[in-house]
Amino acid sequence: MEARAPVRGPNDVTPPAVTSLRRRAVNILMFSGTAVCAVATVSALFFILGYLLIQGGSSLSLSFFTNLPAPVGESGGGMANAMIGSAKLLVLAALIGVPLGFMAGLYVSEFASPISAFAVRYATDLLNGVPSIVIGIFAYTIVVLPMKHFSTLAGGIALGIMMVPVTVRGTEEFLRAVPGSLREASLALGAAQWMTIVRVVVPAASRGILTAIMLGLARVAGETAPLLFTALNNRYWSPGWNEPSASLPVMIFTYAIAPYEDWHRQAWAAALVLLGVVLTANVAARLLVRRGAVSTT
Amino acid sequence: MSPRACSYAGARCRRPDVAPVDSKISVRHLSLFYGEKQALRNISIDMAANQVTALIGPSGCGKSTFLRTLNRMNDIIPKVRIMGEVKLDGQNIYEPNVDVVALRRRIGMVFQRSNPFPKSIFDNVAYGIRVNRLAASRGDLAHRVEQSLRRAALWDEVKDRLRDSALALSGGQQQRLCIARALAVEPDLLLMDEPASALDPIATQRIEELIYELKREYTIVIVTHNMQQAARVSDVTAFFWLGELVEVGRTDTLFTNPREKLTDDYVTGRFG
Repeated sequence: MEARAPVRGPNDVTPPAVTSLRRRAVNILMFSGTAVCAVATVSALFFILGYLLIQGGSSLSLSFFTNLPAPVGESGGGMANAMIGSAKLLVLAALIGVPLGFMAGLYVSEFASPISAFAVRYATDLLNGVPSIVIGIFAYTIVVLPMKHFSTLAGGIALGIMMVPVTVRGTEEFLRAVPGSLREASLALGAAQWMTIVRVVVPAASRGILTAIMLGLARVAGETAPLLFTALNNRYWSPGWNEPSASLPVMIFTYAIAPYEDWHRQAWAAALVLLGVVLTANVAARLLVRRGAVSTT
Repeated sequence: MSPRACSYAGARCRRPDVAPVDSKISVRHLSLFYGEKQALRNISIDMAANQVTALIGPSGCGKSTFLRTLNRMNDIIPKVRIMGEVKLDGQNIYEPNVDVVALRRRIGMVFQRSNPFPKSIFDNVAYGIRVNRLAASRGDLAHRVEQSLRRAALWDEVKDRLRDSALALSGGQQQRLCIARALAVEPDLLLMDEPASALDPIATQRIEELIYELKREYTIVIVTHNMQQAARVSDVTAFFWLGELVEVGRTDTLFTNPREKLTDDYVTGRFG
């Protein structure tokens, strides 16, 4: 401690050894505090994943993927209709949310004045913050009430609305990341602005935009609340788009609150499948980004 | 400073409003503002066809800005105001009825940093041809791409890997690819904004040789902060300082016997 002569000011009354001890204590405290929180964050995911594997893994079987839910009291059965239902809902959500969000993002990035860009961006953020249950009620009001029945269509519209903000912001950010020099090169060759956007800017940002869309899809794949008012649920197949439809999140909800032990196991299995799909989409999106969100030099 | 209008033939200086008959580009009283800041002050200059005009001057003197007024690339920057006229083959390109897209097709541009599209070598050169629908057939397209690559002295190096990404090329090759891409739309004027400043000496030499070859077919305006380069490649040199055109003259005269003290100080390396 005393190897070096400490430099001390005239008002420095604390002995150096004490200062050093306190400093080191605070240092260790801060480090361990942040590290514990970081570990807790990471383990939350692995805890959920592990718990789902233990609880749901045993109930996973081929029939779970191919059969309809079994009637109450009968064991076995599957959730094939919920998986197909979720897939249909996501397709519909993408068909609605992606073109809308992509074009709006294109507008904000390439055409909007600073003021309207700010307005669209702000509105998008607000829409992103609207609770999903409110979006469900909104879709209920504009689709379910006029049609007088629940439907896949209504559910897809609700999820599509939820996808819009993510797609807008993702598209905008990745388009902005395309260097201005590429735009200039295209314009200097006598390409019109829209030609430059279609043939140079969007292709250069396509990978990033695709990633944003996948993350958006992964997010709405697990939404339950908007579906309770729209697609509702169905114990059977739901052909076409006009009938109520089963979906994985709603099925998990229904089965988890039911009083049957067998249903609980099935809910765990469904949760495992859903999380698997979402995680796969996320990892795939990250891999896409790592290969270069914006292809430049 | 009083408005200056000089062409390289000293006698024309006295009649700034009469453009010489053979000038490809004729600029009169051109001023440019970025918001409140004036970047170009009352520039008047003539540039002859099939000659290389070099624009030199210290950083921020307006030489790049001036180059970009010639194909209206400054239009895409917000808050730019331009006054005066730029005549290309007698037509003022700042008149309201001018089609900017068609104008830029006639004028090739090569930038300071090579900026190939993240596409294949072939698609880079083919881009301008496709966008402007210049090729009559697939065969014609391939032919035009080859011709452009040959003119840019790149064909032999890339002919076996036209489908590879342009980004796999070296810096010097990328810059020659950008030149080939610009030549593919058959411009008659070629603007180059410090085309060799990011390249090593050997790649620079290749670009300079290329410029020398190209001037037989094209009118070339090149911005450079490298005075030796200006002296090597250009017929006429224009010296810019603080947004003004100080002096323009035959390159050999301007470097050895300039009229202005400022030019003399700059080319002898006393400042800048």
